[in-house]
Amino acid sequence: MSKQTPFYQSHHDAGAKIVDFHGWQLPIHYGSQIEEHHSVRNAAGLFDVSHMCVVDIVGNDAQPWLQMLLTNDVGKLQPFQALYSCMCNEQGGVIDDLIVYKVSDIRFRLVVNAGTREKDLAWMKQHRSGDIDINVPNNLCMLAVQGPDAPNKTAVALDSMGQNIDVHALTRFSAVEQSDWFVGRTGYTGEDGFELIFPAELAPIFFNALLDAGVKPCGLGARDTLRLEAGMCLYGQDLDEDHSPVQSGIGWAVDVRDANRQFIGRDVLYEQKATGTEVHQVALVLNQRGVMRAGQEVQATGNRVGVVTSGGFSPSLQKSIALARVNKPLKSGCDVIIRDKPCAANVVKLPFTQYQ
Amino acid sequence: MEIPGELRLVATHEWVRINDDGTITVGITEHAQEQLGDLVFVETPEIDMECKAEQPVAVVESVKAASDLYAPVAGNIIDTNADLADSPELINDSPYENGWIFKMQPDDVSDVENLMDPDDYSAMVEAGD
Repeated sequence: MSKQTPFYQSHHDAGAKIVDFHGWQLPIHYGSQIEEHHSVRNAAGLFDVSHMCVVDIVGNDAQPWLQMLLTNDVGKLQPFQALYSCMCNEQGGVIDDLIVYKVSDIRFRLVVNAGTREKDLAWMKQHRSGDIDINVPNNLCMLAVQGPDAPNKTAVALDSMGQNIDVHALTRFSAVEQSDWFVGRTGYTGEDGFELIFPAELAPIFFNALLDAGVKPCGLGARDTLRLEAGMCLYGQDLDEDHSPVQSGIGWAVDVRDANRQFIGRDVLYEQKATGTEVHQVALVLNQRGVMRAGQEVQATGNRVGVVTSGGFSPSLQKSIALARVNKPLKSGCDVIIRDKPCAANVVKLPFTQYQ
Repeated sequence: MEIPGELRLVATHEWVRINDDGTITVGITEHAQEQLGDLVFVETPEIDMECKAEQPVAVVESVKAASDLYAPVAGNIIDTNADLADSPELINDSPYENGWIFKMQPDDVSDVENLMDPDDYSAMVEAGD
């Protein structure tokens, strides 16, 4: 039996089509996935992300412990700054990708993926050392508000809740904590916006306050096309334990500047950063009609060189776009095998949104 | 959405309308478009193509998946809906009218009468395909 988030009734009332997603009942769309996509690019949309898991790391050793656990270096964070990072195994394979917020030297907040929650917590507990507690807070919910109008509309909605949080004052990748609300200027769409963590009992009221402010509810379908256009990886497709961040296009999330920092996967990742890897991620745009989808084979001059890890139709480009994992340098183009037919695709730089 | 009573339907979720001149018009059902989600491409068949019943003749591709469309009866393709090239969403918005996909001259129009009526089709969908 899959779980419901505190927004379940709100989704239902807003006309959502509900699907099972990693054991959670979540909206795939509320009528039109493409309209929802455009509303985030042009105005503002909201996403229920309560299925994602909040993990609070508290204790005197919180900072050095996370510097050991994560590939990116939390040592460079000021209080209330956020960082994207991977958590890797000893071979450099990605256990999960996550956002970490520093609250203070002794308190950090992680947001990890729903589908990896149990293995993430098991990994953290297995590597627990020193004075730290690993807490998963209950009774919270999480909402993302994304799009160029997100700041104004979020401010209006918060005001109507009696929450005087100054969201305009937040810079990108910074956060604020006020009473029971935790608000970060982060997201997974390539647009400006916020991710808000707050008490679950306020979920339906705040959802309605955002709708009243003119924010459009958006489902998992639009979330996927928005993040793909922005060139952001999805765990389980573009990232997995068999491939490193360097091989998956996010070597920038491995910080090697502090040579004394001993983190899990360090030796493999140091070498890959220094020498590069054969296996790497490419971004593809299809030159013809059709849609590239995860699992399709990528060929160069008739030979298999890799596989599409995420693909779809880009509403902004009106073309199919994809991320692929290949093991040969692809100068300019390749073929993707769609329904048994080779279809020519160009290799481009991310994000896709620059080609609109 | 109510399925217009004059339509005949097949298990692969195409609908068929018999026109006054003995030709037939084919599209996909409301249920099919709802399952697919927003349509993004439609590959319509070649005009004059001769096809057998249940032969794949077209492809509809949505945000979610690509799906074959089958000729509901034997015959010749005589026309396709040119508006779908720029506006595939016509299939989502108006599956039984503006979102029609192709027209055929059936070899034997009585083949159409042997297809499902709306009640049979609805019962099939409710039973979970």
